[in-house]
Formats: sequence, structure tokens, C-alpha cells
Amino acid sequence: MASVEILYFAWLRERIDAPREKVETSAATVADLVAELAARSERHAAAFADPASVRVALDQNLSDFSAPIAGVAEIAFFPPMTGG
Amino acid sequence: MEVTASLYAEGELLRYARHIALREIGGPGQARLKRASVLVVGAGGLGAPVLMYLAAAGVGRITVVDDDTVSLSNLQRQIIHAEERLGMDKVESARIALAGINPFVAVKPVRARLDAASARAMVTGHDLAIDATDNLPTRHLLNAACVAARVPLLSGAISQWEGQVTVYDPARGAPCLACLFPTMPAEGLAPSCADAGVMGALPGIVGSMMAAEAIKLLTGAGRSLRGRLLMQDVLWGENREIALCRSPDCPVCAGIAEERA
Repeated sequence: MASVEILYFAWLRERIDAPREKVETSAATVADLVAELAARSERHAAAFADPASVRVALDQNLSDFSAPIAGVAEIAFFPPMTGG
Repeated sequence: MEVTASLYAEGELLRYARHIALREIGGPGQARLKRASVLVVGAGGLGAPVLMYLAAAGVGRITVVDDDTVSLSNLQRQIIHAEERLGMDKVESARIALAGINPFVAVKPVRARLDAASARAMVTGHDLAIDATDNLPTRHLLNAACVAARVPLLSGAISQWEGQVTVYDPARGAPCLACLFPTMPAEGLAPSCADAGVMGALPGIVGSMMAAEAIKLLTGAGRSLRGRLLMQDVLWGENREIALCRSPDCPVCAGIAEERA
């Protein structure tokens, strides 16, 4: 198990009602981690209900859901914001 | 330091003294601002500080595009507009406000909604386009037009308490909007300001960051936000810079060759 800091922005943050959380995970990829996170609570499930438009950054570098997360300290999930 | 006096109207130059005093702008940078032509799409929350600061900075020509009128619920954050201009076209209200800040700026108000047919012609002839719109379809239209015209697109977006700012510019190595967000969110996931609410000072913060970035891009000062996405969460005090890169199979910009540095 590895300890990872997860950051949530925009509607993910709003649905989970927290900007960040530390999780223990043995997930191999971002997609595996998202499946674990979505199972944590109803709020998490709502946040990840449609992950297709959500992007992920691994240690502040844009990545994708198929990327491995071994050795990554911080994972940020963010959707497009639209308002102006 | 030499300043091209003929570029400016009588009595104009003194108002730019604090920019000219900056080493990174100076007389040459101020002249670049004066010669610049900037397109601002959206005269709402983000457009307000962008337009006001760019006019104050002496950007020579500003085209402002919006199809909306000023309503009471705008005034909580869209500080370019005013009580006495309720019901007026936003672009006309903006023109009046900008003339009051700096009469030496040529402001072209365009009351229109950007569409696929008009976007390319709207972008052409500008040194920089600024996305201050309030919806993703228009953002993608503007992005595609800027990619095709090889015009950098400074983009800001807000939601409730949070903002994003970056510069899309595939012709100069940065990704385009479609590289970063190729998939439109499902209906209802990305609510509008009207539906979800927005904290009034937020567009002031994010729009002012955009104005600063526009001044950097036009003058060449500092390091631009090309390839870097800034995210601000003012509710929780979180902010992040995410390094971006072009998507090689981007449906919008994959064919765009990069300028040699």
C-alpha cells in the first residue's frame, strides 16, 4: 500500500466536499484508483459518475487514466470550468 | 529610453508612466501595447477586469464581443457595468466604461454570439484572443478559430469559488483547449454561474490574472502561461500549476506546425 495525496477541483471538490484527502492504495493505475475512490462513499461515486471529461495530473503533470501511479505523491483531478 | 512620441496622442503618455518605469515593459513594451489589437470574447465577470485593465494599460485596439444585455444579477461581479446601464447591450455598456477609463483606446463593440461561421473572421487581425465566455461550446468554437488563425488564446474560466487560467497556442508549442479537454462533460455536470452561483470577487481575481498575462504576452515580459494551467480554489486556499503538453492526436490542432524558436 502506498499513501497518496488526492486533490479535487471544481465539481469534484464540490461533490466530495473536501479539497484534498490522503488515501492508502494499492491501485496500479489512475483508472484503478478512480474505481477505488468511487467506492468510498456516495459523494465520491457522484463525483466520478462521468469521469470521461475529468483530467488528471500526476505530481502536477497532465497525464491520463491509463497511467501507472507507482511513486506518485500527489494526484489532482480536475474538470473543465465553463463560467465567465 | 526612447519612446515613440508620435504613436501617442497629446497628453496620453503620462498615464502609462508606471508601466514605462517597469524594466520588463518600459517604453518598447508600452509601444507594443499601444500597437496591439486584442479580441475579448465575453463582457461578463471575467471580461470586466480584463477589459478595464487592458484599456487602462493602453492596449491600442480592443474588440469586445457579447450578445447579452446588462441585468441586475450581473452587477454582483461584473463591475464594468453599472446600475444606470441596466438593459443596455453589454458591449455598449463596456464601451462607455472603457472610454471613461482611457479615451485613447479604440474599442470596437460587437453585439453578437460567436458561431462557427463568424469565429474565424472575428479572430483574424488580432494579436491575441481572450476567452472570457461562459460556456464550453463557445470556448471550443473560439479555440478552433484561434488554432486555425495561429492566434494565441488566453483562456480563463470560473466556477463558484474556483478558476483556471492558461494560454492555448499550438503554433508556439502549447496545447489547445481540445488537447486538454477533448470530451464535453455530460449535461448538468458543469453548471453555469446562473445555476451554481459564483462568488463576486472570483472573476476579479481570475480576470485580473488574465489581464496580467495579456500584458505579459503582448510585451514579452516574463514567462508566459503557455503549457501551464493555473488552478485557483479561493474557498480552500488551494492552488496548483499543472504542466500541459500538446496531444499528438488532437482533432483540432494535430496538423498545426510549430514556429521555430
